[in-house]
Amino acid sequence: MAHLELDNISAAYGKLRVLDGIDISVGSGETVGLIGPSGSGKSTILRVLTGLLKPEAGQVRVGGEPINFDKPAEIRRLRDRAAIVFQQYNLFQNLTVLENVMIAPTKVRGRKPRDVRPEAEHLLAKVGLADKINSYPDQLSGGQQQRVAIARGLCLKPEILLLDEVTAALDPELVSEVLDTIRGLAEDGMTMLIVSHEMGFIREISARVAFMADGKVVELGSPAQIFDAPEKERTRDFVGKILRH
Amino acid sequence: MSELADLLTYYNVIFLLKGMATTFALSALGCILGGLFGTALAVARLTTGPLTLPLRALALVFTEFFRRVPFLVTLMLCFFIFQFSGLDVSTFTVGCVTVVLIGTAFLAEIVRAGLQSVHPNQWHAAETMNFTLLQTIRYVVLPQAWTVILPPAFGFFILFIKDSALASQIGVIELTYVGKVFNNRGFSAGVSFGVILVAYFMLSYPLSRLGAKLEKKLGSSRTR
Ligand SMILES: Nc1ncnc2c1ncn2[C@@H]1O[C@H](COP(=O)(O)OP(=O)(O)OP(=O)(O)O)[C@@H](O)[C@H]1O
Ligand SMILES: [Mg+2]
Repeated sequence: MAHLELDNISAAYGKLRVLDGIDISVGSGETVGLIGPSGSGKSTILRVLTGLLKPEAGQVRVGGEPINFDKPAEIRRLRDRAAIVFQQYNLFQNLTVLENVMIAPTKVRGRKPRDVRPEAEHLLAKVGLADKINSYPDQLSGGQQQRVAIARGLCLKPEILLLDEVTAALDPELVSEVLDTIRGLAEDGMTMLIVSHEMGFIREISARVAFMADGKVVELGSPAQIFDAPEKERTRDFVGKILRH
Repeated sequence: MSELADLLTYYNVIFLLKGMATTFALSALGCILGGLFGTALAVARLTTGPLTLPLRALALVFTEFFRRVPFLVTLMLCFFIFQFSGLDVSTFTVGCVTVVLIGTAFLAEIVRAGLQSVHPNQWHAAETMNFTLLQTIRYVVLPQAWTVILPPAFGFFILFIKDSALASQIGVIELTYVGKVFNNRGFSAGVSFGVILVAYFMLSYPLSRLGAKLEKKLGSSRTR
């Protein structure tokens, strides 16, 4: 059964329709890549999935359960199950690395700091930042901050991880360390929906890839299909342009 | 100089100190209670959803109204409302209510601007991790907003100490009133108000020092 399903989702910012009948499903432990031109609505999908934007129509289901976006309790439950890592790493600037990772589990979930701390330290070690736990975000490189953001998401023990262009703000030499981290998560069986412009990476890590344009999923298929033998003209154009780069 | 010595008799000094205490009490009340209520209003204005709409509207109207009405008008308004209501309260109480109303309105605006100065991505990140509004403000936003809130807040406190002089208009015996009394008793305006001036300085100087200290302390810590 699909772990995460978007069924005919439409969404708008005010009058501007940004998502138009999106159907995507992500199986348990599966990684789905989301690609498409700037402004096609990729981030908006993740905003809907984290309750930052209410869909106008359609249904989101997690583990088969539909989410009612009019009920704050259901949005909270959705956010408990799906964690997001943003494009601009969004670490809390006033807190250290360790505090950033620990704050939600302790203050929001009410767990004991003494229980959370070893987990947080373990996750930070896993993303290669064991020696930075007492640094502040502005003392870290972009790649390090991004990895803290991933550890922060993971410390909430989500079932599903949503990643929005987590490498876009990084210098090229920092990209690989973040991609390695994500690769590790995929191997661990995390269910992931990944938005990225790193086509090589998307191709390698995704079981399926969705190509979006103008708020619609134009084509959804295996990486081989999308990148080597796209069925749709639109996909061919986009992939052709990107790969020729 | 001998006039000054004449003025500073035991009873006059007590009178002066009482005036100083009253000015201090009015200002402190306006700043502290105003700061608390003002923060509450600023937070109320950030709530979302239909349930809290009346709260938001009330906070908005309150803030905008009392920031626009002159201090003296608010004071008179309170004075006459208490008179009409038939409640037998002292002019000092009327003064206290007035300063709290005004302090609340101005500090609400200062705090609101400070909270809004924190980048939206900080709010969104907290929201997607299920922080409540109050948790977001307490753990994430306020610690980053202090550097924006404190300078105007302390500027306001210091103005406020001076503005509380208007309470003398309804007969509250605060510093300015004391100066007028000295002057009426035949001391020259220069000496009477010179003494008052020094007293005002003694009240506001430590406050501005405290403000500078806090700004420095919070500015050097992690507030981006
Ligand atoms: N907060 C907002 N208010 C109004 N319009 C918005 C807002 N955020 C995004 N949009 C618009 O919605 C559309 C889709 O934006 P979205 O951020 O989902 O695109 P994207 O596919 O993530 O693009 P990119 O690759 O540049 O990140 C764009 O036309 C954008 O201008
Ligand atoms: Mg985007």
